[in-house]
Amino acid sequence: MTEGDRATLELDLKQNHFELLGLPQRFRIDPGALSQAYRHMQSALHPDRFARAGDQARRLAVQGAAQVNEAYAVLRDDGRRARYLLELHGVAVDEERDTAQDPEFLMEQMELREALEAAEQDPRPLEAVERVRADIGARHKALLQAFEQAFEAGDLAAAKAEVLKIRFFERLRQEATALAERLEDRDLP
Amino acid sequence: MAYSDKVIDHYENPRNVGSMDKGDRSVGTGMVGAPACGDVMKLQIRVNDAGVIEDAKFKTYGCGSAIASSSLLTEWVKGKTLEEAGSIKNTEIAEELALPPVKIHCSVLAEDAIKAAIDDYRKKGGGAAETIAPVDGETGAA
Repeated sequence: MTEGDRATLELDLKQNHFELLGLPQRFRIDPGALSQAYRHMQSALHPDRFARAGDQARRLAVQGAAQVNEAYAVLRDDGRRARYLLELHGVAVDEERDTAQDPEFLMEQMELREALEAAEQDPRPLEAVERVRADIGARHKALLQAFEQAFEAGDLAAAKAEVLKIRFFERLRQEATALAERLEDRDLP
Repeated sequence: MAYSDKVIDHYENPRNVGSMDKGDRSVGTGMVGAPACGDVMKLQIRVNDAGVIEDAKFKTYGCGSAIASSSLLTEWVKGKTLEEAGSIKNTEIAEELALPPVKIHCSVLAEDAIKAAIDDYRKKGGGAAETIAPVDGETGAA
C-alpha cells in the first residue's frame, strides 16, 4: 500500500469543513494556516499520486479533492464562513423568507444606495464612489466583528441577525465595485 | 431568464415612485429588505379618516421583479381599506406578474412592506387626533 492510498482511505468524508482542513471551528481564522492546510490537502489528494492506485482509492481521492475545494471556498469567505458556522449549530438562515425589518438598518441601506447614486453624478465620480466604498467597507467590517462577538458569546439569535445584515453589505459592495468599474471604463479613450 | 411583459412595463414605467413625510400622522411607512438579493423597499401609504388608503408611494433598490412588485402593489392598495390592503397575498402579486420561482421572494417583500406600513400607521395612532373633533352632527347625537 502506498502513502497516497493510506491518505485517501483515512479521509473521512463526513468531516465538516473545519475538520477536513484541520482548523479550529471558530469564526476567526488564520489566512496563512488556511491556505497552507488547503495546499497540503490538495497535494495529498492530487490525482498523480493515485495514478497507480485502485479504482476505489482514485474515486475517493477525487471526491475528497472536491470537498477540500468546497471547504476552502467557504472558509476563506467571511460571510460564507459565518453562515456555515451557524449551520453547524443548527441555525438555518432562510434568505428568501427572513426579510429584514429593522427600520434603522434599512434606512442606512437606502442612504448608502442613494449615496452611490449621487456619487455617479459627482463632478469627480470615481473619487466620490471610492469614498462611499470605503464607508461601506468599514460598516461591513464592523458587522463581521459584531457577528464574531455574538457567536463567541453563544448568542446565536444575535449572530443570525448580523449574518442577515452582512448579506446586504456583501451585495452593496458588489454594486459599488461594479459601479467603480463602469466609471473607470467610461474614462477610457 | 426572461422577464414577463408586465414586469418590464412596471420596471420601465414604475407607478407611484416617491416619498411622503414620515412624520405625518396620516402616513404609514414600511421598510423591508431581502437578504437573498440585498433588495431594499420602502412603501408609504396615506390613509384618510375612513381608514381608506388614498395614496401610496414606493422607493425600491433592487432587481426588476422587486421594482415591479412594489409598483403593482401601490396601484392595488389605492382605494382599499387597511383590512383589504393587509390581506393581499404575495402569491397574487407573483401570479399577476408571472414571477419565476427564483423571484418569488420579491413578492414576499412587497407583501411584508404593505403589512409593515399598515402596522406603522396603526402604531402612530394614525387618524386618532382627527376623530376627536366631531366630523358632523351625527356622531355622539344619540
